Amino acid sequence: MSRIGVFICHCGTNIGGVVNVPEVVEAARHMPLVAFADENKYTCSEVGQSSIRNAIAEHKLDRVVIASCSPRMHENTFRRTVTAAGINPYLLEMANLREHCSWVHSDARDATSKAIDLVRMAVSKVARHEALFPKQIGLTKRALVIGGGVTGIQAALDIAASGHEVVLVEKEPSIGGRMAQLDKTFPTLDCSACILTPKMVDVAQHPKITLLSYSEIVDVRGFVGNFEVDILRKAKLVDYEKCTGCGLCWQACPEKIPSEFNLGLGHRTAIYIPFAQAVPNKPVIDIANCRYENYRRWKETEEGEEPPQCRICEGVCPTEAIDRTQQDEIITEKFGAIVVTTGFKTFDYSVYGEYGGGRYPNVITSLQLERLMSAAGPTEGEVLRPSDGTHPKSVVFIQCVGSRDDKVNRPYCSKVCCMYTAKHAIMLKEHDPEVQCYVFYIDIRAGGKDFEEFARRAQDETGALYLRGRVSQIYQQGDKLMVLGEDSLMGRPVEITADLVVLATGMEPSENAAEIAQTLNISYNTYNFLIEAHPKLRPVETQTDGIFVAGAAVGPRDIPECVAHGSAAAVKAVALLSQDSLTTDPLISVVDPMKCVGCFACKEVCPFNAIEEQVTRDGRTISSINESVCKGCGLCVVACRPGAINLRGFTNQQLLSEVLTLVGR
Amino acid sequence: MSADNEPLIIGFLCNWCSYAGADMAGTSRMAYPSNIRIIRVPCSGRVDPLLIVKCFQEGADAVLVAGCHPGDCHYNEGNYYSRRRFAVLRALLDFMGIDKERFRVEWVSASEGKRFSQIVSQFTEDMNRIGARKAG
Repeated sequence: MSRIGVFICHCGTNIGGVVNVPEVVEAARHMPLVAFADENKYTCSEVGQSSIRNAIAEHKLDRVVIASCSPRMHENTFRRTVTAAGINPYLLEMANLREHCSWVHSDARDATSKAIDLVRMAVSKVARHEALFPKQIGLTKRALVIGGGVTGIQAALDIAASGHEVVLVEKEPSIGGRMAQLDKTFPTLDCSACILTPKMVDVAQHPKITLLSYSEIVDVRGFVGNFEVDILRKAKLVDYEKCTGCGLCWQACPEKIPSEFNLGLGHRTAIYIPFAQAVPNKPVIDIANCRYENYRRWKETEEGEEPPQCRICEGVCPTEAIDRTQQDEIITEKFGAIVVTTGFKTFDYSVYGEYGGGRYPNVITSLQLERLMSAAGPTEGEVLRPSDGTHPKSVVFIQCVGSRDDKVNRPYCSKVCCMYTAKHAIMLKEHDPEVQCYVFYIDIRAGGKDFEEFARRAQDETGALYLRGRVSQIYQQGDKLMVLGEDSLMGRPVEITADLVVLATGMEPSENAAEIAQTLNISYNTYNFLIEAHPKLRPVETQTDGIFVAGAAVGPRDIPECVAHGSAAAVKAVALLSQDSLTTDPLISVVDPMKCVGCFACKEVCPFNAIEEQVTRDGRTISSINESVCKGCGLCVVACRPGAINLRGFTNQQLLSEVLTLVGR
Repeated sequence: MSADNEPLIIGFLCNWCSYAGADMAGTSRMAYPSNIRIIRVPCSGRVDPLLIVKCFQEGADAVLVAGCHPGDCHYNEGNYYSRRRFAVLRALLDFMGIDKERFRVEWVSASEGKRFSQIVSQFTEDMNRIGARKAG
């Protein structure tokens, strides 16, 4: 006979303030097989845990129910506690009296009777637990970093510094991400490229880092320590072994395409590097826009007019590096850990009709202004109006474009816009002392080291006029923009004649963030920001072991936060890779070989191909579970017709017993 | 039906999305009626339709199964199986003399505490409205 111990937590007043804990303890004492029941102020504290260990010894308990918070919070804590007292960690069950009871029910009587039910369910379940023993499996000591922005760069460098191999996958032709597009960073006005490009070069030169630019993740299989990842290497049509990055080809290419890196403000060629300090500093051919590739496509059908041939790049290349035979290629690599740093893009403001919806050339985004200010940008650092190339003298900034706005389904604050607009106001004044800036804002959010001082500097020293209120309309009048808004502090409408309007567009996850999250099997929220395992205590882990997240892919963040999170994710990955073997979760499916009839309905539903065929000594072919591959979803249990498969920790008998404690009473 | 004549709802919640969503409802103090008793399962695809039938057989007033949104299953495709299995079960409930309204399948993500609270509140209200199951 089992001797079950039940420990009920007050959690301060979190549970005890609503649930009548002594009454629950009393009820528990009368439940079947319960040998001991007691209460604790804080069960998870050292005092609480030692009282459990003592009770186990004193009352010879062999199974434990802890009725406290969510098992998602403290199940592992208490497994360790009972292990220390000599009980198998899987002979523990938790009843969730806090998140599922006291925090959501205010009526003491209802909450107490529900709490008693929850304890009764846990007692009946724990009586049917069996001792389980984890297995040890090997791991691949390599890490994959997805996304080569500053976060991914930091993560890759830190993992590599620990001596582990890293593969950094970047979908663009160069690493650098959004930070490479910035001119200066707040609040120190450091030159963004000057602090980023040395790190980019470190990545390229590090012996432990393999950089796969112009590549994407296609599929991920496996599990912690043993991931198998298919990586699409897009055809560059340039042989990087031969290419020296001399630049003759992109200087000679006649095709002109709006530059993605300069956000449409300048042009690039069809064979190109996105920006001068690109890493790798070797070009790719944009197959969709290359004249000769167009000709090759035409040649296949010969329909329509014959387009011009070209091949100028091939003529000028001194090393014969252009390779038109290259094809997209999928390679498969093995990794032990994956760090996801897919970053952000800026909000598409064209949904705001009142700001012109993209019709006015002199309404630009803040990121476009960064490109105009950058010495390496399309105007070589001169801030010129896109419409006529003149210097703007009156500049209006509009805050919260795609942030804090329910109308466009972006209720969150993008966090960095207040600060980068202050930076722009300061820098515009430095570029041209005659400039007058106006900033329409909702609130100034300047929480961070030296941030408030910096935001004040924009207002006090540069004479930027901060107007609290929204802009209702922008319209073109001659070559000026008329900005109609409201100064809500003065309580009156304002009208400003502007040469340039700059929209502080908010942050949102990269284009394919959700797709990548689905491939990796990690969660994301309604805005496609990735979800961490715990927002406070496990900020870089995910619910999938071995996959870590960092940077602006998780939520709006500035550069120092991204760098810190990149390093944090790297440490988590390194901690995993530094182990010699991994312990697997024993809460997986098991087949009863006597009951299995070999129909393999289980094999058809298994999402992980964990079910293998096995021939028994008496010649029957039956199912067998690969214990390192099974993840314990239990799909096979439901599919199994003769009831030969069961899921440890969630057996048919256990679920049924939980149901039966509730009904038929 | 418990002693005080409140409908009993048994909820099977997948560990990764809906159980976490219910936790989120707790963390955010989004109150809902106390009629529901939650049973944690790894995946909505772990819930055997026969177990649901058993719940009704033994006298439960209502059953909720909640899992990850389609496309977001922690096990890639478990909720697709549950969706299909429960569509079949739903079609059979009438035949068994159980009001279809008493069985609900919902998708609740780990971040949707509010949604979980709303679903349970609405479900409880509906069950109060249609009343207890007739004996037998």
